[in-house]
Amino acid sequence: MTGDNRVQSGGRIDRAKPIGFTFDGKKFTGFAGDTLASALLANGVHLMGRSFKYHRPRGLLTMGSEEPNALVGVGSQESRFTPNLRATQVELYEGLTAVSQNNWPSLSLDFQAVNGLFSSFIPAGFYYKTFMHPKGAWESLYEPLIRRAAGLGRAPKARDADHYANLYAHCDVAIVGAGPAGLAAALAAARGGARVMLFDEQAELGGSLLAESAARIDGKPAADWLAATLAELAAAPHVTLLPRTQIFGYYAQNFLAGLERVSDHLASPDPKLPRERLWRVRAKRVVLAAGAHERPLVFPDNDRPGIMLADAARGFLARYGVTPGARAVIATAHDSAYRAALELAQAGVAIALIADLRPNAEGEWPEAARKAGLRVETGAAIVGTRGHLRVSHALVAKRWADGSAGRGEAIACDLIAMSGGWTPSVHLFSQSRGKLAFDETLQAFVPDVSAQAERSAGACRGAFALSEALADGAAAGAAAVSAAAPAPVSVEGAPAAHGGFLGLSPPHGDPQKSKAFVDFQNDVTARDVTLATREGMRSIEHIKRYTTTGMATDQGKTSNMNALAIASQALGKTIPQVGLTTFRLPYTPVTFASIAGMSRRELFDPVRQTPLHAWAAENGATFEEAGLWKRASYFKRPGEDVKAAVARECLGTRERAGMMDASTLGKIEVVGPDAAEFLNRLYINAFAKLGVGRCRYGLMLNEAGYVMDDGVIARLAQDRFHVTTTSVGAAHVITLMEDFAQTEWPDLKVWFTSTTEQWATIAINGPRARQMLEPLVEGIDISAAAMPHLSMREGHICGVPTRLARVSFTGELGFEVNVPADYGRAIWEAIWAEGRKVDCVVYGLDVLLILRAEKGFIVVGQETDGTVTPDDLGLGKMIAQSKPDFVGKRSLAMPDLAREGRKQLVGLLPDDSQFKLDEGAQVVDAIAPAIGTSALGHVTSSYFSPTLGRTFAMALVAGGRSRIGGTAYVTTMQGTALVRIVEPIFYDKEGKRLDA
Amino acid sequence: MPEAVRRSILDGLAMPRNSAAMVAPCPPATRFILRGGREVAASVGPAFGAAPPLEPLRSQTVGARSALWMGPDEWLLIAEDSELALGAALEAALASVPHGLIDVSHRQGALEVSGPGAARLLNAGVMLDLDISAFPVGMVARTLLTKAEIVLWRRAPDLFRVEFSRSFGPYVVAILAQAASDQDLC
Repeated sequence: MTGDNRVQSGGRIDRAKPIGFTFDGKKFTGFAGDTLASALLANGVHLMGRSFKYHRPRGLLTMGSEEPNALVGVGSQESRFTPNLRATQVELYEGLTAVSQNNWPSLSLDFQAVNGLFSSFIPAGFYYKTFMHPKGAWESLYEPLIRRAAGLGRAPKARDADHYANLYAHCDVAIVGAGPAGLAAALAAARGGARVMLFDEQAELGGSLLAESAARIDGKPAADWLAATLAELAAAPHVTLLPRTQIFGYYAQNFLAGLERVSDHLASPDPKLPRERLWRVRAKRVVLAAGAHERPLVFPDNDRPGIMLADAARGFLARYGVTPGARAVIATAHDSAYRAALELAQAGVAIALIADLRPNAEGEWPEAARKAGLRVETGAAIVGTRGHLRVSHALVAKRWADGSAGRGEAIACDLIAMSGGWTPSVHLFSQSRGKLAFDETLQAFVPDVSAQAERSAGACRGAFALSEALADGAAAGAAAVSAAAPAPVSVEGAPAAHGGFLGLSPPHGDPQKSKAFVDFQNDVTARDVTLATREGMRSIEHIKRYTTTGMATDQGKTSNMNALAIASQALGKTIPQVGLTTFRLPYTPVTFASIAGMSRRELFDPVRQTPLHAWAAENGATFEEAGLWKRASYFKRPGEDVKAAVARECLGTRERAGMMDASTLGKIEVVGPDAAEFLNRLYINAFAKLGVGRCRYGLMLNEAGYVMDDGVIARLAQDRFHVTTTSVGAAHVITLMEDFAQTEWPDLKVWFTSTTEQWATIAINGPRARQMLEPLVEGIDISAAAMPHLSMREGHICGVPTRLARVSFTGELGFEVNVPADYGRAIWEAIWAEGRKVDCVVYGLDVLLILRAEKGFIVVGQETDGTVTPDDLGLGKMIAQSKPDFVGKRSLAMPDLAREGRKQLVGLLPDDSQFKLDEGAQVVDAIAPAIGTSALGHVTSSYFSPTLGRTFAMALVAGGRSRIGGTAYVTTMQGTALVRIVEPIFYDKEGKRLDA
Repeated sequence: MPEAVRRSILDGLAMPRNSAAMVAPCPPATRFILRGGREVAASVGPAFGAAPPLEPLRSQTVGARSALWMGPDEWLLIAEDSELALGAALEAALASVPHGLIDVSHRQGALEVSGPGAARLLNAGVMLDLDISAFPVGMVARTLLTKAEIVLWRRAPDLFRVEFSRSFGPYVVAILAQAASDQDLC
């Protein structure tokens, strides 16, 4: 089909460029410039979807982003399928594949429309009442059923094949909406030399001017003025024009979020093009020129395909050359529908009748319609419609003075174009926290008090007429750049239109027995709203939630005012008394992927690799994550399983030597004349007297007295310390240091610099460690006598400066070689070459954890959980009693932190020496404790020790130290396991190996 | 004894570019973090060659030496030459004032982003206003590139230097590569 309902000329489509597409598997043809909606209409397709709750046949209501009915799924590949797109916004491209939603087995035959027969059983709030019993049935029975029957669209099953861009932007003036007001604002602001950004949701800039065929602006046809204006703006150096960009959120400090559709409209986009781009815009001033939405009239069966808003019917003709019907009834309470009638009539559409709810219609447009010979009935209401998949009749009746209407006369038609008047789009203004006021004359909420550097212009604040909108926009744009408002441009052929109606159209008979839709997308009727008030809802917020009116993806753009009017009438209150619900962002649905932007897949988070990472990867490392870091867990050789690799690395290190990449260790250089005093105040132990060249293990508490971080601190000079922290705690510790120095002790002259990434850190442990280093180190005597345990020296290794520490986290003789990061791999390879001579192994984090646990060394975050004191860990002796104060000291004196029976660190030896306890398992004192018994504590670390040939664990156990020598039980997946409670040290208790 | 080879975190990484911007790695530089009161700025200037600016978010460049404002008591000194004894010379100049001087030459890496589209490329991940009127030549700021902390420094209208913590180098390059591709055609 090629579009039987297309007029020969006019509109902004290119008749020379036909475009093939499919809808529900059927092939159609449209033209370049069409939307899916206009192309389907041109092909006589009005039925485009099924409604949410009742599965009623639905067609287009509108022509824009406010469309509630014509939601479609688009995309021929699952990986690019997008549900719930508004057909009115989907631009046509060759091969476009669209499907209707919410129907089974087909759009024209929907079995679930049986819902309609039972619809009297599913009134507003039905799910709060009907489905509450029996208990549990909601989750198991009702919800799955309802979800299958209702719901709009389906989520794609394949991973999204597209990518999504992000851009931050700043400007002097951001203008939202490129209709007459927005364009006039942009011109005025740009002529003032400001940085201007102009956003519009449509593919073409121009707004209502794109469908303006009669008016002349500045002596030119509107289309010519539009072209000239866009050309001027495009040529201005500081102006950014952004069509296809929906500003969907207005946040604090004039921060706007916009979604640009970059490639969705292209048949075969370059793979480089992102699908969408998220704009995050900070504007000094914002001009909102968001326009207005036409309102439906709420009469029974006002939702059949072929019933649409009058200006949408006109727009499809003016913009796309499509006649949306052959014979139309115009149902209106506003002058603008007369204009629609006139233009439709000119295009050959038979106008059966203009039924105007108002007793009189005397404006310029009604006069013109009468002059053109169109039949106008005032005081006339639509009281019903007929038809199934397309409207066939309008039932037109006399409106009575009591607010009801007579029996309807059936008038044959295939199009009802309706207008209840216009609602200013105040969504973004409301998001900006601006205050609205109800304008009695306009019967509309309009912007009143701005909360930000913002101004609304044009129809979105009730300046509907073209001349008003242009003048208002120009004034707003000029004001945004503190310029005087320019002289108004002349406008001819665009008379003002007046009128409007809110609420339920005068009914014939009992309105409770008919379905007059208020919210088309959520299937909320006038009856539902009045029912809610009868059931006790008084607040519009409650009515909204009870009926779900305005809660669909269209945010009630076409329904809110009618719902409010119906509620206010039922409650006997004025509209401002009932109030307005909050306008929430986003204005239109936004893809999750656009918000994630580049932060997906490999770029989800930075992956931090050490200078030695590549060597580890080349040598069989398996990595794990530590914060953002990748750390090697173990180095499996061919044929080895994890257990064998770990055992080889453990034994190799204990018996000979092992090397490990410790570069992720947090490092902070603390420098200044008061550096020692600062550390003395921050750590529990004393640093004032630490000798130059010596190291000390330090423990840091938070102010509550609990262990927060630990590490080895080396004194390089009187005023310089090399502080290490846990790998994951480094950023937190340096922030805390800055915090204390700046806020608590500003008198201390001390400064902190993160040096984690300055140094590659290579740990060498084991009895042969010294042998490996000796040939490489220059300027440092690393003999046991000259360089005792817990010391640090500066010198060179392989010609590279090094900070060489003698420390050990394994209990073996240990060194840590720090070298500038870019030299890390070279030095590692040099040491490794020496290591191979002594049969050294390389080991990973798994082995380090076993070796340290065998020695009873804690890991902060494993043996501690934010509730553990130094004494709980058996480290109470580290506290320097001589110090007047340190962070956390006072808290340690609190009764609860000093009481008997606190959980204390102990060792556990399972009775079954090959059974490994689960970390986190509960420690209990009976083989089968009664339900409700408190646990004594929990397992913090548990390993198989290749050195000991058995399993062992550490645990925090209530009164643990007094239980040493006794037994307890630990929960397992199969009952409890008997354990012996022992000192938390399992290997080389005398510490002889350190001094090997 | 083998001579130690220096390896940059950027070694082997393809550098992003598109029709309007390109990214290139900066050669190794000597870097110090200088901390202390404003008196350290005055003391170190003559020895370093470029005086640390007291005005926030500004830099001072003389020849191969640049001093970048990092905070009210912190500057980043970058020497794009190779004077081995620079640290000792600076310490000598600072001997009489309390200060912290820390060598961070290897802590950071750097990229140059250049071309008419450089600012736009960076704005894919940098939230600051990079218009020349808001971010003039010589301006420097600690900020984020998507999820990486960077120091952003404008050296010429179409030339930025991005300093990053070493391990974030591949991420910074990957983000700029994705953004350069995204922006190549639009």
